[in-house]
Formats: sequence, C-alpha cells, structure tokens
Amino acid sequence: MQQKRKKENKKAVKTALTHVFLIFLGLIMIYPLLWMFFSSFKPNNEIFGSLGLLPKQVIWDSYYRGWNSGQFTYGLYFKNSFILVTPVVLFTLISSALVAYGFARFNFPFRKTLFSIMISTLMLPNAVIIIPRYILFNHFNWLNSYKPFTIPSIFACHPFFIFMMVQFFRGLPRELDESATIDGCNTFSILVRIHTPLLKPALFSAAIFQFIWTWNDFFNSLIYINSVRKYTISLALRMTLDTAAAANWNEILAMSTLAIIPSVLIFFFAQNYFVEGIATTGIKG
Amino acid sequence: MKGHRMGERKRRQYIGLLYISPWLLGFLIFQLYPFVSSFVYSFTNYNMTSNIKFVGLKNYIEIFTKDSQFYNSLKVTIFYVLMAVPMKLVFAFFIAMILNIRIKYVNYYRTIYYLPSILGGSVAVSVLWRFLFADNGLINEILSSFGVHKIGWLSSPKIALFTISLLTVWQFGSSMVIFLAGLKQIPKELYEAATVDGISKPGMFFRITLPLLTPIILFNLVMQMIIAFQEFTASFVITSGGPMKSTYLYAMKLYDEGFLFMKMGYASALSWILFIVIMIFTALIFKSSEYWTYYEDGGK
Repeated sequence: MQQKRKKENKKAVKTALTHVFLIFLGLIMIYPLLWMFFSSFKPNNEIFGSLGLLPKQVIWDSYYRGWNSGQFTYGLYFKNSFILVTPVVLFTLISSALVAYGFARFNFPFRKTLFSIMISTLMLPNAVIIIPRYILFNHFNWLNSYKPFTIPSIFACHPFFIFMMVQFFRGLPRELDESATIDGCNTFSILVRIHTPLLKPALFSAAIFQFIWTWNDFFNSLIYINSVRKYTISLALRMTLDTAAAANWNEILAMSTLAIIPSVLIFFFAQNYFVEGIATTGIKG
Repeated sequence: MKGHRMGERKRRQYIGLLYISPWLLGFLIFQLYPFVSSFVYSFTNYNMTSNIKFVGLKNYIEIFTKDSQFYNSLKVTIFYVLMAVPMKLVFAFFIAMILNIRIKYVNYYRTIYYLPSILGGSVAVSVLWRFLFADNGLINEILSSFGVHKIGWLSSPKIALFTISLLTVWQFGSSMVIFLAGLKQIPKELYEAATVDGISKPGMFFRITLPLLTPIILFNLVMQMIIAFQEFTASFVITSGGPMKSTYLYAMKLYDEGFLFMKMGYASALSWILFIVIMIFTALIFKSSEYWTYYEDGGK
C-alpha cells in the first residue's frame, strides 16, 4: 500500500518536472517575439543594454514614424504584399486541386512516371533553376512585376500542394465517383460538387501554408522586384533596416512586429490545419 | 459494346491528361527548361547584355582555381548544414518524445513550439535575431547578469555561423509535428508485448521507437538538408555574410555573382556545382540509410 503510494508520488513529481521543463522551453521559444513586441514601445536607448521586457518609458509614436519613414508608407507595402499573395494562393489552390485530381483518379500513359517526376521536383533545389528562370522572365518582360509569382502558380509549380491534395483524394472512397457517374455527373462536376466540399480541410491547409510562405518570401522578391513602389513587406523591412541604420531601432522593431501579425493571426485561428497539413504529407513547414 | 467501352477508357485517359496538363506545362517551362538551360549557360559568358558566347570549361576552371570565395562559401555552407540540421532534428525528436507521453496540455505546448516555424525565413525574424544577438543585445545582457562575459554572437567570425544556425533550430516545430505524427502511429501492442517480455524503457526506445521512426528520420534529414544548403535570408539580412565572410553562405555567393555582378554564365556553373554537392550528400544519406533504416516489410 505504502509502496504504491510512493510510486504514485514519484510519478507526480516526474510529471510536474516535465511540465516545468516544457513551460520553460515554451518561454524561451516565445520570448524573442514578446521582446520584439514590447521593445517596439521602448525609446532607442533602452532597446540595447537592458534586460526588462516592459518599457520603462513608453514610446507611442514608433509605429507612426516607422509607418511613414520612407519614400512611401508601409500602407503601400502591405497592399503590395496582399496584391501579390492573394492571386498566388487562389491560383495555387485551383491548379493543385485539378492536377491532384488527375493524378489520383485517372489512368493515363506514363502516369506513374509523371507522378514520380512530380515528387522528385520536391527535392529539386531552387538554386539550380533560379538563373535561367530570371533570364526567361526577363525575355517575357515580367521583371519588376508580380508575374514571376502568379503565373507559375497557375501552372501548379508548387508540387508540395499537389502531393498534399493527392494524399487527401486517396482518402476519399471511389464509390463516391462511381455513383455520381451513374447519376450522370461528368468528371469536372464530380470534382466541383462532390469532392471540393470534402476537400475543404486540405484546401484550407494549402491556402494558409501558401499564404505564409509567399508572405515571408524574401529571395524571390529581392531578385524580381526592383522599384520601391512595388516593394513587398519583406523588401521594405530590409530597406528600412539599411537606411535607418542611424538608430531608429524602435521603428524597425515596430514594423517587424506588424509584418508578422498576419501570419501569427492566421496561425492562431487555424492551427489545427497546420498540424493536419504537415502530418498528412510528412513534409517540412 | 466492347468497342464503346474501349473508347470510353481512351476518353478517360485523355481527360486525366487534361487535368494534369497545367502541371505538365509548368514543369516543362518553369522547371525542366531552366534546369537544362542552366547547365548550358554554365559553359557561356552570358551577362544579360552581351551576346552569348560559349567558353567551354572556363567558368568551372576559374571557380576551382581562382575563386577563393568559392571554397570559403562552400566550406561555410557545409559547416552550417552539418551544424544546423542535426541540432534541429535531434531537438525536434527529443521534444516530440516528451510530448508523446500522455501529458496534459500537449496541444498548447505544441502550438507554442510550432509558432516560430511559420515565421521562419521572414525578414522580420532575421531583424529580430540581429537585435537579440548584438554585442549589447538581450542575450548578452542575460548572460552578463549571470556573470558570464559578453560573447560576440554575430561579431566573432568563430561564432557567427553558430548564431545563424540557432535561428534554424528555433524553427524545430515543423519537424517536431512530423515526428509526433509518426510516434502516434506506432502500435501500442508492441510496447505492451515488450513490457510482458520484461524489456526496459531504454530498451523499448532503441528496439521499437527508434527503428520504427527511421523512415521518417531519413525523409526529414534529406528534406531539411536540401533546404539548409540553400539558406539565404539569414546570412543576407543578419550578417551580410560577415564578419570576415564567416557566414558567407553559398546562396549568397550565387546571388552576388548572378544578380549583383550579372555574371549569369558563371553563376550557372556555381549553381550546378551546388546541385552536384547536394546530390552527393543525398546519395550518401540514402546509401548509409540501408544500414540504419528499418522497413516493416523488410524490403530495402
């Protein structure tokens, strides 16, 4: 009896210690982001060389000044980012769903080969194709526009999402298609009317991943967009960082905080879709 | 009747091809063509303005014999990959193991740990890193309050690359979620049977958990390695490749040659060398995995 109690106590202590560790780790993970948020309200001389999270003296206008710091306001950069990201997300969803449907439900010559090729492009390093792509887009006259982002997404150039949706299609029973065919549905209306409602979680996962990846993208924006008027939020931040080297640190932190807010909001409202999306494909994130 | 059915099957084939045609076109135009043509460009001196002239192996010879920054950036990148990827995966695995024990509030922990992953390559986070690890930044202030001397996280050539790797480790959440999903799929009966057989907890880990997860570890390892070889934003925004080129990652070298100096032929050669290096690493991992990866069907 006593031994059993001892064992239970030991277990309780162990569980408590695990929680202490996990909470401590959580704090380490989240502290940088909290620090960024609170420091955006600190005067510049308080940002470096102090430990505290809360500002001793609260500065309210860092957001206002950061927003209006450059040639254009951050309003423009946010607008640009949305103008770039929205069509990319929409086109990616439509094209990836069509292609995944084709791979998952139809038999055609070389289907297996083509599918393997599609999967292997997941591993194709972007670095090896970036230069000819740039030259190609230059020939098309697409440089300094958002076409290098939107047009490839019309052509399902993000194999990650095709793969993700193929996995979901495979989970839908084929009897659905068969009974719909008997009812006189053609293949396209099966996709739109029968599958799309069921695919909603997959589409939603794909949408938020693509939103966040495109929103955060820096390298492609850097090489394809060169006029400040068309800058996205990533490029604008980098510009502010370079020009405001003088010491308007709270402004930079304020704008960085704003830049991550869309992603963080989406994450908190839709976190289960993230987990599902990664777990079903088993690929990065 | 039979003829009709054959026709129907043929028609379905064409419809299937129709559905995948966007990808097929996209693949040919935006992936295969650039892939092949970057190989062709690598034998030219193309610089966006002049006519294309074939120069044979000149680019490759110059890279291997004259370009000291090539060797440096390759070395830095390989160090970075060997440091960041194992740290990230080991950590992700460790935390996934802890969260897999039936414990309360797992979802909350998972959410918090995952959050940094979605901010990953963003400029905002790189900006933040620059502040946190500055000589008089938060990290050093915390250390000095414990009486530890200030560390040149980003100003010392010996440490800067490690500091950038920490940014990668901070984003361990997505790998953790993949491991967690894998752990959940291991049948409970295996552990029950092992308990009956009197196998200890560490024994179960090494004889059940680890072997069954090796395919997932392999997959993660390969993908994370390929991504790490191309890391750009962190070194570009946080350190600009410095101090003393100690964080001058290969992707930055590629960017400088291709998009700063517009030496497209030269940069194409660089990109193919990177491709070969990645292929070699991938092949090594796959080859070695024959010895450490376990498949349930016994097939290799």
